Amino acid sequence: MAALAAGLRVVEHNALVYRRTWTGSILGTVLSPVLFLAAMGLGLGGYVNRAGDAALGGVDYLAFLGPGLLAAQAMQTAAFETTWPIMGKIVWNKLYEAMLATPLAVPDLLAGELGWLTARLTLVCGVFLAVLAAFGAIRSPLGLLALPVAVLTGLSFGAPIMAFSATQKRDSGFNVIFRFGVTPLFLLGGTFFPIERLPGLVQPLAWLTPLAHGVALCRALTLGRLEPADAVVHLAVLVGFVVAGVALARLAFRRRLVV
Amino acid sequence: MPTVPDASSAGRAVSSSPASAAAAPADVAPAPLIRARGLTKRFAAFTAVDAIDFEVGRGESFGFLGPNGAGKTSTMRMIGCVSPVTAGELTVLGLDPARDGRRIRARLGVVPQADTLDLELTLRENLLIYGRYFDLPRGEALRRAADLLDFVQLGERADDEVENLSGGMKRRLTIARALINEPELLLLDEPTTGLDPQARHLLWDRLYRLKQRGVTLVLTTHYMDEAEQLCDRLVVMDKARIVAAGSPRQLIERYSSREVTELRFAPGVQEALDGQLDGIAERVEQLPDRVLLYADDGEAAAEAVHHRGLRPESVLVRRSTLEDVFLRLTGRSLVD
Repeated sequence: MAALAAGLRVVEHNALVYRRTWTGSILGTVLSPVLFLAAMGLGLGGYVNRAGDAALGGVDYLAFLGPGLLAAQAMQTAAFETTWPIMGKIVWNKLYEAMLATPLAVPDLLAGELGWLTARLTLVCGVFLAVLAAFGAIRSPLGLLALPVAVLTGLSFGAPIMAFSATQKRDSGFNVIFRFGVTPLFLLGGTFFPIERLPGLVQPLAWLTPLAHGVALCRALTLGRLEPADAVVHLAVLVGFVVAGVALARLAFRRRLVV
Repeated sequence: MPTVPDASSAGRAVSSSPASAAAAPADVAPAPLIRARGLTKRFAAFTAVDAIDFEVGRGESFGFLGPNGAGKTSTMRMIGCVSPVTAGELTVLGLDPARDGRRIRARLGVVPQADTLDLELTLRENLLIYGRYFDLPRGEALRRAADLLDFVQLGERADDEVENLSGGMKRRLTIARALINEPELLLLDEPTTGLDPQARHLLWDRLYRLKQRGVTLVLTTHYMDEAEQLCDRLVVMDKARIVAAGSPRQLIERYSSREVTELRFAPGVQEALDGQLDGIAERVEQLPDRVLLYADDGEAAAEAVHHRGLRPESVLVRRSTLEDVFLRLTGRSLVD
């Protein structure tokens, strides 16, 4: 209980900082899905739909794309929140050093950052889901469950990236994360077209990443086409990445901050 | 007067009988606030702190004096319960840092060497959130924040962003932040490094007031004047070890003379002196740019130099300082 309260103090700090910038941030949170769905879902989708919906499993492009973008947005949000902001608190403004001089301890910092990330993801994905609904891209009441799944997808990236960030001395490593991780996954990870369209050799690779599972599960939920056996596999992969990521982050934080 | 840390109240709370509160009997020494025996810190093959012993009593103002890399900060971080002890014993407030880190830190104030303020927040918000880390209710944290900002003379800037403050103001804010939990023990790691003289004097004044209220101060410094101003007692550290301990006065008496005469010669002359100053003072120290004569009567030493026919370009007779103590103990000057 005491540890939980201590973690909440770190969430409180993030909230205090966010309060100063939230107006700009919330605008992006709303605009981003609106622009993407209008341009890709409706604009590009208009052409895609002319080719028939067989390749997309019998749904229109907007309904196919929407849940994929939701999961991808969760990944991107998590990647941003766990790279520069974490490094800043370790290296640039040393806020963790300040926190650790108080009763707070390393596990509290990690719990607080994960708690804050969960809150951010819930906000971003919640807005995204509402925009999806407004565009008519949600075809089943199960679609509501896409919110926790998208948050989980975000955490499955956020936790391991947090561990990575805590090992870095400079921020140059983050370019690698985005150029060779986040961006290729966003483009090729099942968001814009089915993974089955990738070259045969690459397909298994895509399924090793949490994004493919997050996209597949979100899509199954918003389309109301849930296969329980598949869902269990998707969830297991996502949870596995979160658990492993948190364990690594604990180790990395301790190594970096307790010397 | 703002209600800033009054450790004497904590002292009263601890003593159970009224008699002991009035005057502690001389034969029962109060337990030291910090006690270190053979305290050691190693980073892989490098030994930062090498088996040092010291004690700090309640209400005392205690300093670690030494050059960069002497082990001062490593020692402070162990006392602050953020850096694990490699070997030896350490108790802080009677507790074991390895086991009771959280409980000890709840009663400490820490001013780190580099500022760790949140530049995106206002001064008031910095103090508020820091108070929350100590589990203060919001209202109480805000009340203390207002008092503390007045105490460090930043009350009018309460709602400015920290980013816009000068170095001296940031330092004062860091001190205010360290006081939010009304600590019994305040740890200051080089509190005035990099500040201009005016800012340093203002800071010293605030620290002196805290000391007067019974807050125990432990500080590191490589400034002699700071140590002489603030410390009742200090240890001189060099290369991970304590090389001397005592009050500033005691150290000067033990390791230096009453006065020092500084001689500067024209280029090339000093190198050619070749023993001409021998026996002129208790001790003669050759520095790259000048010669120091340690003598109880500096004027007499200066005259003796003249009598030997030497004509230095300048002669300065001054009081002996901790700088001289350090030079004597280590053969090097303190600030590199």
